[in-house]
Amino acid sequence: MGERNELRLSGTGGQGLILAGIIIADAAIRDGKNSIQSQSYGPEARGGASRSEVIIGDEDIDYPKVNKPDVLLVMSQEACDKFAADIEQGGVMIVDTTYVHTLPEINGAVVYKIPISMTAKEEIGKEIVANVVALGAIARITGVVSREALTEALLARIPKGTEELNRKALEAGWALAETVLH
Amino acid sequence: MSRVIEMARLMQGNEAVAEGALAAGVRFFAGYPITPSTEIAEIMAERLPRLGGKFIQMEDEIASIAAIIGASLAGVKSITATSGPGFSLMQENIGFAAMAEVPIVIVNVQRSGPSTGMPTAPAQGDVMQSRWGTHGDHPVIVLSPSSVREAYDLAVRSVNLAEKYRVPVVLLMDEVIGHLREKVVLPSPGELEVVNRVEPDVGPEKYLPFGAGDQGVPPMANFGSGYRYHVTGLVHDPKGLPTNNPVVAEKLIKRLQNKIDLNLDDIMIDTGKNLEDAEIVVLAYGATARSALQAVKDARKEGIKAGLYRPAVLWPFPQQKVGALAENARAVLVPEMNLGQYRLEVERVAGERTRVVGVNRVHGELITPEEILAALREVHKHDARS
Amino acid sequence: MMQDLEKYLRVNMFPHMWCPGCGNGIVLSSLLRAVDKLKLDQNQTVIVGGIGCSSRAAGYLDFNTLHTTHGRALAFATGIKLARPELKVIVITGDGDCTSIGGNHFIHAARRNIDLTVLLFNNSIYGMTGGQYSPLTPVKKMATTAPYGTIEPNFDVADLARAAGATFVARSTTYHSNMLTGLIAEGIQHKGFSLVEAITACPTAYGRRNKMKSPADMLIWQKDNAVHINKAEQMSPGELAEKIVIGRLYCKEAPEYTELYDEVIKQAMGQVSGSVTSITGKGGKTSG
Repeated sequence: MGERNELRLSGTGGQGLILAGIIIADAAIRDGKNSIQSQSYGPEARGGASRSEVIIGDEDIDYPKVNKPDVLLVMSQEACDKFAADIEQGGVMIVDTTYVHTLPEINGAVVYKIPISMTAKEEIGKEIVANVVALGAIARITGVVSREALTEALLARIPKGTEELNRKALEAGWALAETVLH
Repeated sequence: MSRVIEMARLMQGNEAVAEGALAAGVRFFAGYPITPSTEIAEIMAERLPRLGGKFIQMEDEIASIAAIIGASLAGVKSITATSGPGFSLMQENIGFAAMAEVPIVIVNVQRSGPSTGMPTAPAQGDVMQSRWGTHGDHPVIVLSPSSVREAYDLAVRSVNLAEKYRVPVVLLMDEVIGHLREKVVLPSPGELEVVNRVEPDVGPEKYLPFGAGDQGVPPMANFGSGYRYHVTGLVHDPKGLPTNNPVVAEKLIKRLQNKIDLNLDDIMIDTGKNLEDAEIVVLAYGATARSALQAVKDARKEGIKAGLYRPAVLWPFPQQKVGALAENARAVLVPEMNLGQYRLEVERVAGERTRVVGVNRVHGELITPEEILAALREVHKHDARS
Repeated sequence: MMQDLEKYLRVNMFPHMWCPGCGNGIVLSSLLRAVDKLKLDQNQTVIVGGIGCSSRAAGYLDFNTLHTTHGRALAFATGIKLARPELKVIVITGDGDCTSIGGNHFIHAARRNIDLTVLLFNNSIYGMTGGQYSPLTPVKKMATTAPYGTIEPNFDVADLARAAGATFVARSTTYHSNMLTGLIAEGIQHKGFSLVEAITACPTAYGRRNKMKSPADMLIWQKDNAVHINKAEQMSPGELAEKIVIGRLYCKEAPEYTELYDEVIKQAMGQVSGSVTSITGKGGKTSG
């Protein structure tokens, strides 16, 4: 079996995580890989929780859902409480400390705590781009997609006139990840 | 990298349906918003006028299917899209299209039911309704894709079959495939087979809009083309005029059935994996077939001789194929996101020759490969004992 | 005159299915006279009917004819008209078909102001099923499903059409058949949604239960109770209480749906020549 990554991006509705998942999946295709993106709706959707799942691989992807993510982004306390236990052994968990204050004990996964939404709000001036900050951080930390492909995919899917804002947000996420990697 | 981008792109299942329909020549869409099919209407609203086609949001689903029947009679390939509650409302006019032999395609992106159910959750609960939802006897063609690319292909094929056989065709999706985004490489326009309805080759005086012997498909003249004729949901003679004559009635209803039953070789499509030596056949369709394929691969690694049979045409039922598979299999496993609707049909055909076992979930989430694998192990163990 | 109209009929379909004394034949005759007056091309005219006695007329007419499901004629007709705006589309329907089971389609077709002409045969009853009350049956009338008299107020379908957005509304009776012919012709010529309500007699299922024993009684009732709009405008609501106001009731110019859609097409095609990028950009509902 070739290289395979399963990502779950979770938080609250309105944080733009569905679009973030689409952009990662698109970037993976631009990298020449196979990818699949789905939204999972369960009873938790009623609580306002949102999750977007992406599988990236070199081979065919049969079952399209993610049960044990090896990359887990949590951008709300509710999402963290719900999904932290699902993480795959050896996986990576990225926590937005703006909204997640209590972390359960995580065994067998590396946890990166970064203020994603705060960075979007204070450095970029618009919290709405928190999802793009998260994309930059995910790409830098996990390397699941190339920076070049991610930038292309991002620019292909955002409203005209917001290119500069989004580029800055991606850059800020990348830099934010550097602070915890070194 | 740019070459790859041109060929492969990330596409959503509902988007693929819209693109496939457009590629097949659809230029009219009437619909009513309903989750999880609404993206199809939204894309059609944007794309159709760019191609000189027409989009209209009707007041309800009954009006939507009525409008596409009208547009099709006027000579324009037409489609609508809906989900369970809307599909229920459309049934009477699906029967009308069958009786009046009007080519239309109805996309049903299945969601959990009955009633409002869970609007955003997948299900496969409309399998029987798609076959038997109307009153009276008539054939239907129902196709069910398992991937985004196949959603595109089957959308094209649905339109082609509707035009060729002058029947309503149901493209039976599920929420998983409708909302799934995956990498697809679309065929170039030159690679596509596009079928258009056969128009009459005789003058208006000799034209019989519903005359085609005992099994044929009559040529179809479009409204406004100079062939004036009557279209009705009443039993009608070859000229289209209403009658209560029992001989005419029987001949008509049997012809409607025969024109499909006698062309199964042309209509049926299916795929298989590891069926050659399979002792346990997993029969699955739609999104569930993806979990089933994974389960079959995993079972093989454990030494269980499992295979997957996946009908892409659910109705007419692949009677011959299922019968043949049952000859050699010790068991047929039928996973479905319903309480066993298609399994009933498999049992009817295969039940006397082999064991038919269901794996059924109605909780609004896709059945997992693990659940199917567990069932495979169970069947395997059972067979090893006996 | 009859000879001239025969070319519009499928004569092999006769005798028709209507009862002796039924007014539907008079309405049909007015329709054909109007069509003849306008010299409509039979090949380019579509007649769409619903379900009921009057809707059956579609089968008798030598045009492109469509006999649809109950109540849905306007929805089918909308599809035909939008797909091929160059066709003349005339809808023949009854009071039950149009205003009960088809009521929703009626108000929405009117709202869109799509260029359809609706000829509503109002006989105040469900005739084909044997005399049940419809939304146009007046109160205190007898019907098989109102054996003690109707208690539901009826629609004034002309007011309903106007309120919903119809741009041509007229009414006549089978007694005033020449006027009916003229109004149908006007309705067909009008660009937009037009309603012509034809008050017609159902002696079998309505008249004999409601003190109008013969077909002639019903025509006399129409004659005695119809008031032309010009005269009605001088009368008080009290004086008009039991009356039928006939004539051209309402007419205005307004944008027509299929013409507006042609503008949409022009706009959309204009965008194509600009810089529209791949539509794969359609993402989720949230923005980045």
